[in-house]
Amino acid sequence: MVDVLVFAASAVMILVGAVGVIRSRNTVRAALSLMLTFFGVAVLFIQQEVHFLALVQVLVYGGAVMVLFLFVIMLLGVDLDEDTSIEPLTGQRAYAALATLAMTALLFGGFFLSGDTSDAGEGVALTGQRSAVVPIRPEVPDAVQLGEDLFTRNVLAFEITGLLLTIATVGAVVMIRNRGAEDLVVDEPGTATR
Amino acid sequence: MDVTTSWYLVLSALLLGIGMYGLLTRRNPIVMFMCVELMLNAANIAFVAFSNALGDLAGQTAVFFVLVVAAAEVVVGLSIVVSLMRRRPSATADDLSELRG
Repeated sequence: MVDVLVFAASAVMILVGAVGVIRSRNTVRAALSLMLTFFGVAVLFIQQEVHFLALVQVLVYGGAVMVLFLFVIMLLGVDLDEDTSIEPLTGQRAYAALATLAMTALLFGGFFLSGDTSDAGEGVALTGQRSAVVPIRPEVPDAVQLGEDLFTRNVLAFEITGLLLTIATVGAVVMIRNRGAEDLVVDEPGTATR
Repeated sequence: MDVTTSWYLVLSALLLGIGMYGLLTRRNPIVMFMCVELMLNAANIAFVAFSNALGDLAGQTAVFFVLVVAAAEVVVGLSIVVSLMRRRPSATADDLSELRG
C-alpha cells in the first residue's frame, strides 16, 4: 500500500512537472517545473532501492544541469517569454500531438500486446527470457556493485566519459569566451548577414 | 495492489510523450533542451525499472552513463545557445535556421 502511495506521489510530481515545462510561457517557471520532475524521478529511484543513482540524479541533474539552465536563462534575459500562440507551420501542434500519440500508443502496444511470458511475469512481455548480463547480488549495497561494474567491465567507457566531460568543458569555454569588441554587435532579428 | 514493472513503463512512456510534444511545439531553444532532458529521464525510469525486474546491474550502469552524457550535452548545447543568442536576443528556433557564414 505504501508502495502504491509513493509511486502515485512521485508520478504526480513527474507528470505535473513535465506538463509545466511544456506549457509555461515563462522560461524560469519551465525550469522550476523541470526540477520538480527531477525530484520525482529521484523518488522513484529510491523506491526501487537504487539509492546511489537517486543521489547522483539529484546531484547531477538538480545541482549541475539545473544550475546551468538557470544561469543561462538569467544571462540571456529573464523576461524572454515565448509567445506560445504562434504556430510557425500550420497545423504544427496537431501534427505534434498526433506524432506523440502514435509514439505512446506504440510503446503501450509493445508493453501489453507482445504476448505473455510467465518468466518475466506481471504482464510485461518485452523482456522475454529472464536473464541478466550482470546479476545483482542482494546482500551487497548497490553503490558497491555499480562501482565494481564501472571499474572492471566498463572501465573503457568510464574513461571515455571522463574525456567527454573535459572536451565539453573546454569547448564551452572556447565558445563563450569574451573576445572583446567582436561580441558587442547586436543584430536585429532576421537581418544578420555575417 | 502491487506496483509492478508495467506501471513504471507506462509512466516512462507518458513522460517520453510529453517531452516529445514539447520538443516539437516549443520554439525557445532553452525550453527545447528541457524537453530533451524530460525524454532522457523517461529512458532512465525505464532502465531502472527493467534493472529491478530482471535483477540486472547493466541497467543501472546504463543510467549512470546516460546521466553523464546528458550533463555534457547540456553544457555544450547551452553554450551554443548562449553564443548564438548573444547576437540576436530574441532568437527562436526558427530564426536559428537562417544562420549563415
